[in-house]
Amino acid sequence: MDGGLKLIEELRGICGDEHVVTEHHALRTYESDGLLQYAAVPRAAVLPATGDEVAAVVRACHTAGVPWVARGSGSGLSGGALPLEDGVLVVLSRLRRILEVDLDNQRVVCEPGVTNIAISAAVGPSHFYPPDPSSQIVCSIGGNVAENSGGAHCFKYGFTTNYVCGLEVVLPDGSVVELGGKELDLPGYDLCGVFVGSEGTLGVATKVIVRVVPTPESVRTLVSFFESPRHAGQAVSAIVSAGVVPGAIEMMDNLTIGASEAMAHAGWPLDAGAALLVELDGPQAELEATFDQVGELCEKAGCSEVRVARDEAERQVFWKMRKSAFPAMGRVSSHYYVQDSVIPRTALAEVLERIDWLAREYDLQVANVFHAGDGNLHPLVCYDGHAEGEAERAEELAGEIVVACVEAGGSITGEHGVGVDKKRYMPKMFSEADLDAFQKLRCAFDPDGLANPGKVMPTPRLCGEVPGPYREHPLEKAGLAERF
Amino acid sequence: MDAAGVAAALREASGVRVVAGGTKLGWGRPIEAPELSVAELDAIVEHNVGDLTAILQAGCPLATAREAFAAEGQMLALDPPDDGATIGGVVATGDSGPLRHRYGSPRDLVLGVQVALPDGSLARAGSKVIKNVAGYDLAKLMSGAYGTLGVVTEVSVRLHPKPREWLTVVVRRDDPRALAAAASELTHRPLEAERLDLRWEGDAGAVLVQLCGASAPERAATIDGEVVKDDEELWAAQRAAQRGPVVLRVSSTQQGLADVLGAAREHGALCVARAAHGLAWLRFEAADAELVTALRARLGACVLLDAPAALRREVDPWGPLSAEPLMRRVKARFDPYDTLNPGLLLT
Repeated sequence: MDGGLKLIEELRGICGDEHVVTEHHALRTYESDGLLQYAAVPRAAVLPATGDEVAAVVRACHTAGVPWVARGSGSGLSGGALPLEDGVLVVLSRLRRILEVDLDNQRVVCEPGVTNIAISAAVGPSHFYPPDPSSQIVCSIGGNVAENSGGAHCFKYGFTTNYVCGLEVVLPDGSVVELGGKELDLPGYDLCGVFVGSEGTLGVATKVIVRVVPTPESVRTLVSFFESPRHAGQAVSAIVSAGVVPGAIEMMDNLTIGASEAMAHAGWPLDAGAALLVELDGPQAELEATFDQVGELCEKAGCSEVRVARDEAERQVFWKMRKSAFPAMGRVSSHYYVQDSVIPRTALAEVLERIDWLAREYDLQVANVFHAGDGNLHPLVCYDGHAEGEAERAEELAGEIVVACVEAGGSITGEHGVGVDKKRYMPKMFSEADLDAFQKLRCAFDPDGLANPGKVMPTPRLCGEVPGPYREHPLEKAGLAERF
Repeated sequence: MDAAGVAAALREASGVRVVAGGTKLGWGRPIEAPELSVAELDAIVEHNVGDLTAILQAGCPLATAREAFAAEGQMLALDPPDDGATIGGVVATGDSGPLRHRYGSPRDLVLGVQVALPDGSLARAGSKVIKNVAGYDLAKLMSGAYGTLGVVTEVSVRLHPKPREWLTVVVRRDDPRALAAAASELTHRPLEAERLDLRWEGDAGAVLVQLCGASAPERAATIDGEVVKDDEELWAAQRAAQRGPVVLRVSSTQQGLADVLGAAREHGALCVARAAHGLAWLRFEAADAELVTALRARLGACVLLDAPAALRREVDPWGPLSAEPLMRRVKARFDPYDTLNPGLLLT
């Protein structure tokens, strides 16, 4: 890190000594995000307090030619906020003010460190912010913007990208731009739309404007139990084909039910092959007309039992079962590897069969939790991290599952992002020409490759001048990177 | 010409006017360039009924797609005025109609794109599943870019179940503020409306709320207005008002719509608006540059859509662009020699 000490002095000048962390032991707090398989200690972590300070920090990094990574709450599951050992980590947790609640226009303006749940709390109970990742109590809206986060209710309501209408962004050269606004369809390119989900590689958002909507009048939730996930999958298809759009449809397999039951104590049958949680929300009158139909469709698909949540308390227990799935899996297995692949919903039976076959082949257990409505699978590959070679085998199996999903017409990631974890699978889904097109966008925002380099793209790529004379970059000369 | 042919043609071209259905050639700055048409790419490549998704070639007319999806009880929730519009053109211009209220605009419904770039490459972004965050969302970048960054040759879209029962409640007011207030009240209720529009014509206006589902009559009874069961003409009129001799699309806010309606009354314009999204279309029989400039000063961002070429030369049809230098950098990377619709959006 050339001139590194000078840069750290500058960062101290911008944020104050106490907000620049350089001690190794203190920096270890930030060595991983929610994906603990990867760790790296950055050269420094800075905690700016305002958007102006963020811009000054990024500008100083740009001048020094030092790469940086932005981090929100650090709950991401793809290593998107994994620090760079020779870089600066920009921690946004002090930017946590809600700047404006404009309920009249159904907009909230906030800083990136505000938690997802705080937005709904600020506009409730009359309104809410629909995208609801399972980590919503801790995850930040800035992180949601970076990852285009989903959640259990996005089958009906859509994703972060459908609710973010404006951003203030610090570009990698330290300049500040406004993308979009409170208004929709502003003239010119939808740079706000393309920034959402760009995983911190195009810049860092310092202000986020989101759309909030009226809270549904009524919510009704049921769970039904099936012999297998395949049977539950048939119920999902029947419900969707009937024209019902549930707020959420979540599926858990036998292994997951067992694990969650030990934690949430909902009294669900431990011998069920699958549990299907269906939630309808909307106008009371409409729910009365359609809710019974959902139960009937589950019965027709061969479920052994339908349980309707009698009150809000029971509904919360149902959801606790679902939301406990990841942490509860710790009781089944000392380690597990979470996947986030997506398949066309109709390919569910075929892909599950393939996953079962792969699990037997690798002699490992795979638990399955799905956002069943939109075909987003979260296979949890269980392994013992202390048994020699098992972690590697688990990773390999997880990779095979990803490939199976892509081959079925799906995606390598539905909501967790590519980050470092899935970048090697990008070529399974995208051709060189596709990756080149991505790189064009990247180069427009970050020609020097300073914002979160090494994430998303499978191989390092550089940006040429546009248009202009050709100059060979040292990395290119060494055969370590290609030019675009 | 197939998609690869479009890409190959682009590599050789020095400047092209990208055309599909040709229904919106009067939008943007007037330009002169040889046409490159994707109208022949008109197939429905996939209709995945069980997955509620489809893949359409860019030149596929919306009407053709609509008919195919309806046969399975499904719909692509895009209802801009079409008259032969294609999915490619609708995506490129980001055009939308009253269904925008519940389902969003093309950018919200497009899952992936295949795009021909001026360097002769054919690239894909996104996917054909409804949930995907792998790679940059170039489908958003291409939506509303007016074909100035790439030529969309194919799009994958999300479909929705087509409602089986519906009706519309019409709430009339003869004062713009009272009308906007009535719309605001309805917008903040959890009605789950399919469409929620405003209309101002002459000296009176109405809020139109379309409700779908078995409970529509019951929900309609909670609104003080006239129930119209056969509502097709009402909505056709809303869509039709987005076209005309001179049409300005106003990006306002929910509360800003009162002022937009007021401006419509003062200037004798017909106005339709999406109440929840703060979007309005002002339709004039005639307008001059001075009026466009005055309305921008008063209402904020206004894009001039339909207008005589002379007017689109005299006044910038787009108005000020936020982050324009960054837009230019994006343009320079995707289309460094200004091959695509040169001058239409950025000069």
